[in-house]
Amino acid sequence: MTDDRITRFEQRREEYKTMSDEALKEHFWDLCIQLVAPIAELARTHTSPSIERAVLLRMGIDSLSAHGVVDRVLQAGLLGKGAGHVLLRVAEKQGCDIREAAAAILEDKDILNNLFEEVTQ
Amino acid sequence: MSALKPLDPNEKMDIEAILTDLENYRPLRKGWVWRKVMEDGVDMGPFHFRNMSEPLKNSIGLPASKYFDDIDPQPECVVTSEIASGRFEDDLRRMRMAAWHGADHLMVIRTTGQSHIDGLMEGTPEGVGGVPITRKQIRASRKACDLIEEEVGRPINFHSYVSGVAGPEVAVLFAEEGVNGAHQDPQYNVLYRNINMYRSFVDAAEAKLVMTAGQIFQIDGAHNANATAKAGWLVMPELLVQHGINCAYSLASGMPKELIGLSTVPPNSPPAPKLWYDLPYAVALRDFFSDFKMRAQQNTRYIESDIEEAIRTHTIDTLISMLTSADIQSTITPDEGRNVPWHYNNIRGVQTVKQTWSALDGIKELLSLKMDGPLGEMVRDIKERAVGFLEEILEVGGYFAAVEQGFFVDSAQYPERSGDGIARDGQGGVAADSIVPRDPDYLAPVCAHYGNNNLPEGLDHPCDLIEGCTLCHPDKIVYIDELDPEDSADRRLQDTYPYRKGHLIRPEVEWAGDGTVLMQMMVPEQEDYAREAGLEIARRMGLDDPQVVNLMVLHPAEGCYLEVKGKVTFDVDRDTLKIPEKIELLPEEELREAVLKVGLKVVAGTVGEDEHSVGLREILDIKHGGIEKYGVKYHYLGTSVPISKMIDAAIETGAQAILISTIISHGDIHRIQMKRLVELCQEKGIRDRLILIAGGTQVTPEMAAETGLDAAFGRGTKGIEVVDAMVKTLKQRGVL
Repeated sequence: MTDDRITRFEQRREEYKTMSDEALKEHFWDLCIQLVAPIAELARTHTSPSIERAVLLRMGIDSLSAHGVVDRVLQAGLLGKGAGHVLLRVAEKQGCDIREAAAAILEDKDILNNLFEEVTQ
Repeated sequence: MSALKPLDPNEKMDIEAILTDLENYRPLRKGWVWRKVMEDGVDMGPFHFRNMSEPLKNSIGLPASKYFDDIDPQPECVVTSEIASGRFEDDLRRMRMAAWHGADHLMVIRTTGQSHIDGLMEGTPEGVGGVPITRKQIRASRKACDLIEEEVGRPINFHSYVSGVAGPEVAVLFAEEGVNGAHQDPQYNVLYRNINMYRSFVDAAEAKLVMTAGQIFQIDGAHNANATAKAGWLVMPELLVQHGINCAYSLASGMPKELIGLSTVPPNSPPAPKLWYDLPYAVALRDFFSDFKMRAQQNTRYIESDIEEAIRTHTIDTLISMLTSADIQSTITPDEGRNVPWHYNNIRGVQTVKQTWSALDGIKELLSLKMDGPLGEMVRDIKERAVGFLEEILEVGGYFAAVEQGFFVDSAQYPERSGDGIARDGQGGVAADSIVPRDPDYLAPVCAHYGNNNLPEGLDHPCDLIEGCTLCHPDKIVYIDELDPEDSADRRLQDTYPYRKGHLIRPEVEWAGDGTVLMQMMVPEQEDYAREAGLEIARRMGLDDPQVVNLMVLHPAEGCYLEVKGKVTFDVDRDTLKIPEKIELLPEEELREAVLKVGLKVVAGTVGEDEHSVGLREILDIKHGGIEKYGVKYHYLGTSVPISKMIDAAIETGAQAILISTIISHGDIHRIQMKRLVELCQEKGIRDRLILIAGGTQVTPEMAAETGLDAAFGRGTKGIEVVDAMVKTLKQRGVL
């Protein structure tokens, strides 16, 4: 494997020899950008418990409650909606503010049942 | 928010006051700050500097600065000191000390294991090898930095780490609390912390965008590859690749180039021919990454217990920064290889940079790199290998596939491979399988949120739905004080109170009252015996828990140099200490003027049967900074001069003062000579016209009053002190 790699690299190196320093630099950056594009796409289309907790923090929820709420949201299979989204829905449904909605989720996880279905109906 | 009382340079920082009313404290400013650099350079003292920034209001210069009008030139780059003892409340004092010596980037290392905690920590528990990063700790530290920057007259950048499984939350915390710089590099999580690769990169995009909102300067983690690989100097092509990936990913996440920095370390160390590796690497990096900032770190890979060896390596590291470029010059405490860094070693690290930077100021105007030779060839070689590395990553299916195949931190130079790279399983690691696809109606009603977000149309800000997020309305931030009052800064501060605000004194290197001292000794024994002897010596001196922290063999049989640390078990009571009265010398200019005004003349000689004259010559001669330097004329009568002859000479020459030197003290002869001088002058009725001064190794200042002289001086006296005493006597007599 190493021998193959070395041979391949030597071949590539012949191409590089035709490139100026500036062209080689440009090629380096093209490759870097190409490399990260699918990763950025993965990030654009996915979320994680930490991202959602970071959303709740920005919504004015304390770190301990944010942790509990995201755990509940994840268990309820609603993380793909966004934990902040869930909180808004609960607040709307309960007629309360966002912090009260967080407390309500921590108190009663059943509050998350059919949260999104009900609204669509 | 109550106004902060400014720090007083003569008083210790009041840690309790900093911890008071924290729930209402907001940072005075946010965002990273570079030093102020004047285009035409800086004039300081007798010199013109080309690579220095605006001087500080309050600072402590290098030891030699007293010979150069006390100038303290500050490098044009930001200078970093890494501070983290485990107790942040004690680190605040160390930050202040480091800032006074020229650090303006204070980096707090996290406690061991925090990167694996899936969430934020709160309160102020004690850390191990670093500090638990929490809101309270950051807010208090930033508050201290706000005070310190006012005291020294330059903004302080406060820094920690946005990595681990809670990256996005930490980034929000940092943006909210005004942290100015942070490490953020998802590759670090994957390679060195075994955090799941997908989770790490998905989180990183969010974290980077939040950092951007807080104007937090980012530093990557690529330098860890040469600190980890067996032969750090062979991973240079990979380092370029790692830097490239983090830079490109940061840009893709919305971070501007100005906030993106590379953490780069000269990878080699003497006795290797360091320059042949580190210089081409530094040049290659700065060519490819010319749009980004360079944070030049010093080498830690080969540091063990020898502090001087570390400092010498770091001096060369700094030379490489100056020959190429550095926007931030980081320092490594030279004791990092042997213990958690100690207070004064932070200062030593900063001094290494300051001293090197002053010495080499303007080096690029005097020397240039010779690119049309081996240097140019080596630079090109590294670049080509890095590009080849990237092409192979793409060929095997991209970044994640390459990590699974162990492409990174392999100890061979690409394209060679030793097979000892760090391979990670995409389905494994901490927090594996924890990313979730966003539904089409996914929503996050906050600012600085990366990726798909199904916000309603027509909003000015994403956070309009909740009438503002914490980044726009800091009032919404929820402050948690403590979760465990028993493991808290307040609790620890109670224990250390007597050492900080009371009257008890104990030496310290890490924490208030830790009692640690370090002894240096040469033991004329072979290694094994020297070590044990060192420990036994420390024990007999009463030190607790003695440990040999460094041993250097001077010769296999003749002996070893040892450094032994231990703890003292007693306190010194400040109130029982007697401080010798300090004589405030008159300013040099005033002394010169006074000497000129009265035409001050003295006669001098060693008296009695005394042939010692070296000490007196030092007091007299201009060459040794003696009284001649201040304009005093002297008539030197030689050695073994009878007292009566001294007085006659004074009368003849019209001298206003007699200086006698008396070294021999056998039979109290020195005292007798001093008294005799006074008596003879009185007999001749000229005591009031003459200033009588004696000096000698066994003479003490107290003897002046005892013998009736105007002044007496012991060992180590300088000419200026003698001039000062003469001028003051003349003033008392109304002559001046």
